[in-house]
Amino acid sequence: MIAILIEWASGAMIITGSIFIVIGAIGLVRMPDLYTRIHAASVTDTLGAGLLLGGLMLQSGLSLVTLKLAFLLGLFFFMGPVASHALAQAALQEGIEPLLREDRRHREAGSGESGEAR
Amino acid sequence: MRHASLGLMLFAFWLALSGHYTPFLIAVGVVCALACVAVARRMDTGDAEGHPTHLLGGAITYFPWLVLEIVKSAWTVSKIIMNPRLPISPTMTVVDASQKTSVGIATYANSITLTPGTITTHVRGKRLTVHALIRGGALDLEGGAMDARVTKFEGGA
Repeated sequence: MIAILIEWASGAMIITGSIFIVIGAIGLVRMPDLYTRIHAASVTDTLGAGLLLGGLMLQSGLSLVTLKLAFLLGLFFFMGPVASHALAQAALQEGIEPLLREDRRHREAGSGESGEAR
Repeated sequence: MRHASLGLMLFAFWLALSGHYTPFLIAVGVVCALACVAVARRMDTGDAEGHPTHLLGGAITYFPWLVLEIVKSAWTVSKIIMNPRLPISPTMTVVDASQKTSVGIATYANSITLTPGTITTHVRGKRLTVHALIRGGALDLEGGAMDARVTKFEGGA
């Protein structure tokens, strides 16, 4: 009984994870500029990859494979944002201007105790 | 003390990835873990920044909270992508981090980037420049709820 439940939960997670990966890919095509495309891609490597790996972990049960998948999830968790940040910062430094509806970079931030804006 | 914990974790990592528990391989694992600790010590990277054991208590409640935030904002971004009108309003803003240590600020900046819909594009001192997919995302960050949560995590709660 429990084995069947786990099997179903695992299948559901793998399918929803795949759907989110496809949504991220669609967003990558639909978004207008580099920065908004990074936002679309981050759906893929957080929720998409998370659900997919979670589903695979349920498939392999309590084993070393599950532990290795958990390490993989941890790697995504810590390295994903570093890569996104590096990409966005490099693009900004190269002078690729983001398409903006509103630029709030020069507003007075909070208490304003830390130096100049930007 | 911190180095002992680093060595134990490296050895546990070896055991988890190896899967072969013969005396020879276990001994090699011990030697490797010790060598890594020696190098980390020499390079001064096994400190509060490189191996932040004091954050373990905070991490137990912080990471589930962060995962929930990621799921919520991933759902929001997915809805935007699938909306035929593509209702985006890209906004850039600056927010101030209230964390005291560099690990705390890095955690905050990474948490912003990890939640879909917002990316940290620049960190200078305690001021973070953020690109948000929708205006609401930028305003939420300016509100400082995540900043306060990360500061609580940094304090070990």
